[in-house]
Amino acid sequence: MKDQLYEYILMLGDNAMILGHRLSELCGHGPNLETDIALTNISLDLYGQVRSYFQYAAELKGGDATEDSIAFLREEREYRNVLLVEQANTDFAYVIGRQFLFDAFHLPLLEQLCNSADTQIQAIAQKSIKEIRYHHRFSSEWVKRLGGGTAESHTRMQEALNHLYPYTKELFTETEIEAAMRDNGKGADLALVKAAFDASVESVCNAVGLTLPEQMRNYDKGKYGIHSEHMGFMLSQLQYMQRAYPNMQW
Amino acid sequence: MVENAVHIENEKVRKALFELSDPEIPVLSIMDMGIIRGVEINGDKINIKLTPTYSGCPAMDTIATDIKLALDNLGFITDVDLVLSPAWSTDWITERGRQKLEEYGIAAPLEESMDKRALLHGERLVKCTRCGSTNTKMISQFGSTACKALFQCDDCLEPFDYFKCLK
Ligand SMILES: [Zn+2]
Repeated sequence: MKDQLYEYILMLGDNAMILGHRLSELCGHGPNLETDIALTNISLDLYGQVRSYFQYAAELKGGDATEDSIAFLREEREYRNVLLVEQANTDFAYVIGRQFLFDAFHLPLLEQLCNSADTQIQAIAQKSIKEIRYHHRFSSEWVKRLGGGTAESHTRMQEALNHLYPYTKELFTETEIEAAMRDNGKGADLALVKAAFDASVESVCNAVGLTLPEQMRNYDKGKYGIHSEHMGFMLSQLQYMQRAYPNMQW
Repeated sequence: MVENAVHIENEKVRKALFELSDPEIPVLSIMDMGIIRGVEINGDKINIKLTPTYSGCPAMDTIATDIKLALDNLGFITDVDLVLSPAWSTDWITERGRQKLEEYGIAAPLEESMDKRALLHGERLVKCTRCGSTNTKMISQFGSTACKALFQCDDCLEPFDYFKCLK
């Protein structure tokens, strides 16, 4: 039971960490100063949430585990994030599309976790959800701006959605651990999350004539530790300091 | 406004905590910020409960260290616990805290529905901290830190930070 809770916390934390890392890559590279600051602020919020999750995970694991060892000293197969958050910063539409799809999932997920039977998950969710609301607002506004902007911005937003949306199937494909956590009231019911996700994604896309591809990806196994080729590159950057200088402190 | 509920009997401790501030908003004491959620004194031991404004607030570790140093200097053995629940809200900023923010050039958070109208619908409600005009517009939803949005006054042209309502 305790192991399942630990793994569940990793799923929550890893999604936030890998997306936070992708956003951090944009620091100094945003299309303008305001957007650059917004994206890095979102990254910072996500990293704050990751710390809360991993501090809790370290407590559950016991022994020498710390938030840092969990963040930086696992092997690729031990990370439980979905493939969507690994996707590259191809262009600004991809950055916004990835954020928008994740936020549309993250918000209703945390709404449920605010009532988790696990008091620590509940506390983290109640804290984080206030931040996620701002993220969701930011990314929705940008999808509307790009989708309803020029022919060029519309085309590129549509292309980004065509690439990214098929990855969202994985968000709602329940693993054994997620099913167990739903049953014991600690985790979320992904079917309910999906209903909210569909409603918010469709309303934003419909408003600006963006369409959602029908063909979804079927073999995504990020939650089981099987990642896309992006993951290794990201981890080598994320883990470099701890691997090169074990136990270093900042 | 909800008044800061933490009551501190020991005058020296109270004074020391009031003198500490968030390094990113140096004019605002951590007490007026409403992030101290509990002070428990037991002989020479003291336990402080600290709550973050935003999860990723980079100032939290510094603030915890500052608290420990200040109270250790008063002869206490200090423990600082980070608590997440109940989650911080801008309602916990004291009236004096709001005033200090404004004097420093950061517009204090509006009440929730007004905040939404200003941030989501572009209504001109946030008061310029320089000239007091509400003829202001949002430039960016995220300002110099996650807790603030960037605004500009169309009367005096001053750009300024607005502390977003967080509930
Ligand atoms: Zn003005």
